[in-house]
Amino acid sequence: MEDRAIIRLEHLSKSFTVRSGVFGGRKSMQVIGDLSLSISEGEVLCLVGESGCGKTTTGKLIVGLIKPTSGKILFEGQDIWDMSKEDFSSYRRAVQIVHQDPYSSLNPVHRIYNILSAPLFRHGIVRSRGEAEEKVLELLGRVDLTPPEDFIYKYPHQLSGGQRQRVAIARSLTLNPRFIVADEAVSMLDVSIRLSVIELLRRLKEEMNVAFLFITHDLAMAKYFGWEGRIAVMYLGRIVEIGPTPRVIENPSHPYTKALLMAIPEADPRITRSKKPMELRSLDIPSLLNLPPGCTFNPRCPFWIEGVCDKEVPEMYEPEKDHYVSCFLFRGK
Amino acid sequence: MAEEILNVENLFVEYSNVRGKVKAVRGVNLKLYKGENLALIGESGSGKTTLGTAIIRLLPSSGYIKEGRIVYKGNENGYDISKFSEKELRQFRWKEIAMVFQSALNSFNPVLKIWDQIYDTARSHGLNNRSLVREKATDILRYVQLDPERVINSYPHELSGGMRQRVLIAMSLLLEPKILILDEPTTALDILTQRNIIELLRIIKKDMGLSMLFISHDLSLAAELADRVAVMYAGAIVELGGVEDIFYRSRHPYTLGLIKAVPTVTAGFRELYSIPGSPPDLISLLPGCKFAPRCEHKEAGCENEEPLLVEVNSGHLVACFKHKEISNGR
Amino acid sequence: MRIKNILRSIFLEPLILISRDKAGFIGFIVLLFILLLSFIGPYFVKLDTEVKLDKIYQFPSREHILGTDNQGRDIFSQIVNGGKDVIIVAFLAGVISTLIAVTLGSLSAYAGGVTDMVIMFITEIILTIPQFPLLAVLSAFVRLTNPTMLALIIGLLGWPALARAIRAQVLSIRERDYIEAARVLDLGRLHIIFSEILPNMLSYIVISLIMAMTSAVYSQVGLIMLGLVPFYGHNWGLMIQLAWTRGAIFYRGSIFYILSPIIAIALFQWSAVTFTRSLEGIFNPRLRSGE
Repeated sequence: MEDRAIIRLEHLSKSFTVRSGVFGGRKSMQVIGDLSLSISEGEVLCLVGESGCGKTTTGKLIVGLIKPTSGKILFEGQDIWDMSKEDFSSYRRAVQIVHQDPYSSLNPVHRIYNILSAPLFRHGIVRSRGEAEEKVLELLGRVDLTPPEDFIYKYPHQLSGGQRQRVAIARSLTLNPRFIVADEAVSMLDVSIRLSVIELLRRLKEEMNVAFLFITHDLAMAKYFGWEGRIAVMYLGRIVEIGPTPRVIENPSHPYTKALLMAIPEADPRITRSKKPMELRSLDIPSLLNLPPGCTFNPRCPFWIEGVCDKEVPEMYEPEKDHYVSCFLFRGK
Repeated sequence: MAEEILNVENLFVEYSNVRGKVKAVRGVNLKLYKGENLALIGESGSGKTTLGTAIIRLLPSSGYIKEGRIVYKGNENGYDISKFSEKELRQFRWKEIAMVFQSALNSFNPVLKIWDQIYDTARSHGLNNRSLVREKATDILRYVQLDPERVINSYPHELSGGMRQRVLIAMSLLLEPKILILDEPTTALDILTQRNIIELLRIIKKDMGLSMLFISHDLSLAAELADRVAVMYAGAIVELGGVEDIFYRSRHPYTLGLIKAVPTVTAGFRELYSIPGSPPDLISLLPGCKFAPRCEHKEAGCENEEPLLVEVNSGHLVACFKHKEISNGR
Repeated sequence: MRIKNILRSIFLEPLILISRDKAGFIGFIVLLFILLLSFIGPYFVKLDTEVKLDKIYQFPSREHILGTDNQGRDIFSQIVNGGKDVIIVAFLAGVISTLIAVTLGSLSAYAGGVTDMVIMFITEIILTIPQFPLLAVLSAFVRLTNPTMLALIIGLLGWPALARAIRAQVLSIRERDYIEAARVLDLGRLHIIFSEILPNMLSYIVISLIMAMTSAVYSQVGLIMLGLVPFYGHNWGLMIQLAWTRGAIFYRGSIFYILSPIIAIALFQWSAVTFTRSLEGIFNPRLRSGE
C-alpha cells in the first residue's frame, strides 16, 4: 500500500498571517492543521467539507501552488519542496489541477488552440504547428468536444460553461498527468451538464489510470464519483473522518459527518421530508483565528463530553478496517 | 382549490443587448394560490429569475415586459402590476410582495449597520416611526433566531452567510407581505446552514400563511419545501404540477432528465442519466419544441410546432407531444 | 483565408463596434479630423505670417473662417499649423510615462518583497510632489529647446499613478485561475508575463496611454501659456500665450483669437477621452460576439 502512494501528505499545516484592524497586530490563521494522508496510483479520494474548511488550500498545496508552513508533501516518496529541478519539473507535469470556475480558468485572450498547445510546445511534446493541431484535435475529441474542428479556433467566451470546463479538463491532460486535483470541478455547472462532465472524468480515470483528489462540498457527487474510492471529511482544517466511500456514507461515524448527512436536502420529496436533522449545540462555525481548544467540533457537537472534548485533541481511531474517525466516542474501540 | 393571490397571464419578457433581443420569458401563465409554496425550477438562462423579478417589477434596465399581465389579487379589487408606475410600485413592493435576492452579501450596503438598512427599508415604504420599526425589527429578528441587539448593531461583514440570509428574510417580512419571492435562498450556503434556513422557511410558512415563490436551480429545495413545482426551460413552463407529480410521475423528458441527473446520498444507487447538449440561445430560437434537440423521445413533428401545456391529470400540466408515452420509471 | 480573418478582426470589427457606441463614434470621428487637420492640413494651409495692419481682429468671414489676430494674420492657418507639435509632444510623453509605468508596475507586482517596496516608495514620493510647480521650476533650469526634451520631462514625471494602477492590475490577474493553471503546467515565468498577463492588460495599457497623452497636453500647454518654456515654432499653447499677453482679453474683437486654440485643445481632449471610453468595449472580447 505505502509504496504505491503517488502523493503523501505528512503532518501538513498551513497558516496565513492576517492583519486585524487598523492598529491590530498580525495574527496567524491556521487553515490546515496536521494533515496526513496518502493517495495511491489510480485512486479516487474525495475531500468533502463546507466552505472555509481548507479543502481548496489542501488542493493548492498538493499541486505546489503554495508552500506549507510545516510538514511535507511527498511525490513518489520525495519532498516536492526539496527536489532537484528536473524532479520538480517531472512532478509538475504529473500533477495537474482543474479549477471550479470555468469562466476564470481559461485566459479570455487566447483561442482554444493556443490554450492547449502552449504546454505541448513548452514540454517538447510537439514541434510544429501541424503536430500541435493534430494533438489538440485529439485532446478535444477525448473530452467529447466534437467535432473538434468546430472548437479549436474559438475563444473561451464563445463556449458554454460546460464546454469550457471540458477545455480546462483537456488542458489538464496535455502532459499525461498521473494525478489530478479536481477542485469543485462541476459545482458551477448546470444540473443537466454536471453529470456528463463527471462521467467524462470517470472515463478518463479508467482510460488513463489517473488518480483523483476530488474536492467537493457535495456529498452526493462525492458518493457518485468516488464509490470505489475513499472519502475524507474535513472540518476546520482537519480531517475528521476518512474511509472507503460506502462505509462513510452508510455508516457515518463522526458526529460532524452524521450531521452533514442528516442535513443534506435531497432531490426526492419523500426522502428529504422524512429527514430528522441533528440538533447542533451551535449554528455558528468558529473562526479560524480563534479555534476552540480540544476537538474543533466540540462547541457544536451534541455528543460532547465535558472535560474531554474541550481539552484534548482526538487522534485518528480505527473502529473498523480502513475507516478512521477522529472522535473520542471511538477511543479504544 | 384555494384562492388565487397572483395570476401571471401570457407574460413575455425580453432583454435587448448588442446581439439582439433575448426572449427570456415567453408566454408564461402561472397562478399562485394563497398559502402555497410554489417552486420555479430551471437552469441558468431558463428565465426563472427574470419571471421572479418581472413579478415584482425589478427587471434590470435592459429588460422590459413585452406583453401580458401580472394580476395581484391580495387586495379587494385586484390590479395589474405590469401597468404600475414607479410611485405605485413603491407603495406595493415589500408591503404586498417582497423578494429575497440571491447573493446575501451583495444585497447589503457594506458601510451601514444592519439597523440603518432595516430602518431605511421601512422608511422608504412609509414606516417612519423609529421606535415602532425598532420594535418590529427586534421581534422579527428574534423570530428568525437571531440575537436582535447584536445583529442590529453589526455591519454586514460581521455576520456569517447564514446570519445575513436570515436578516434578509427578516427584512422582507418586516412589512408583512402576502407574497414572498425567494431567489436561490440556499445556494452558496453551507449544508448545515441550508438546513437551518429550510427549517426556518417551513416555520414561517406555517405561522404566517403567506405564499412563497421559490426560484432555484436546485431540485432538492423544491423537494423540501414546494407544494407545487413549475419547471422552466428556454423561457417557458414545460411542466407544472404537485410536488409528487413532478418528482414521481413526471411526463416531460426535460424534468425527467433533471431528476435523473442528480445523485442522492441516502437513497441507494439509482440509475443516473445526463441530458446531452446544452440549452438553446434565447436570441435566435428555432421553431418547435425548444427541448427537441436534446430530447431522446423526439419525433419529426416536434421541431415544427411548439407544444402547449395540456392537463394530463388534475393540476398536472405538461408541454410535450409525447407525454402519453413518457412515464417516470422510478 | 486566415489573413483575411485576422484583418477582419483587427480593422473591421473594431470599426463596427465603435459605430455601435454613438458617443464613442463621434469622438473617433472628431479625433480623426483633428489628426488629419494637424498632420495633413499644413501641406494645404500655409501658416500666415504676414502682418496686415488693415485686417486686425476681424470677425470670421469667407476669407478668414476664424477671423484674424492682433496683427491681421489668419487664425485658421494658425490652428491648422499649431496642432502637430502639441500632439507629438503629448504622444511622446504618453509613451514614455506608459513605458516606465508598465515596466515598474509589473516588476513591482511580480517581484514583490523588497523590490516592490522600493519601487512603491519612489512612486509615492513622486506622486506626492505637486507636478505643475515642479515642471515650472524644472523648466527654469533645463533649457527646453525642442519638443523631445519637453516630452521627456513631462513623461518622466507622469508615470507614478499609472504604475500603481498597473501593479494592482498585475496583482489581480496573477491570482486568476488560468495563471495558476499555467504555473502548474510549468509554462515558465516569461510565458506567464508576456503571454498570459500582459495581453489581458493591453486594453488597459492603450487606454492609459491615451489618458497620459491628454494629461501631457495640459501640462505642456500650461507651461507654454505661462511662458515658462521658450518655445520656438508655432502651437496652440503659444497662441493662447500670445493672445493673452498681447491683451486679447481686453478687446471684444479678439474673442476668436483666444477662443480658437482653447476650443481646439478642448475638442482634442474630449474626443480622445470619449474614444477611449468606447475602446474598452472593443478590447473586451466578451462583448465581441456575433461570430
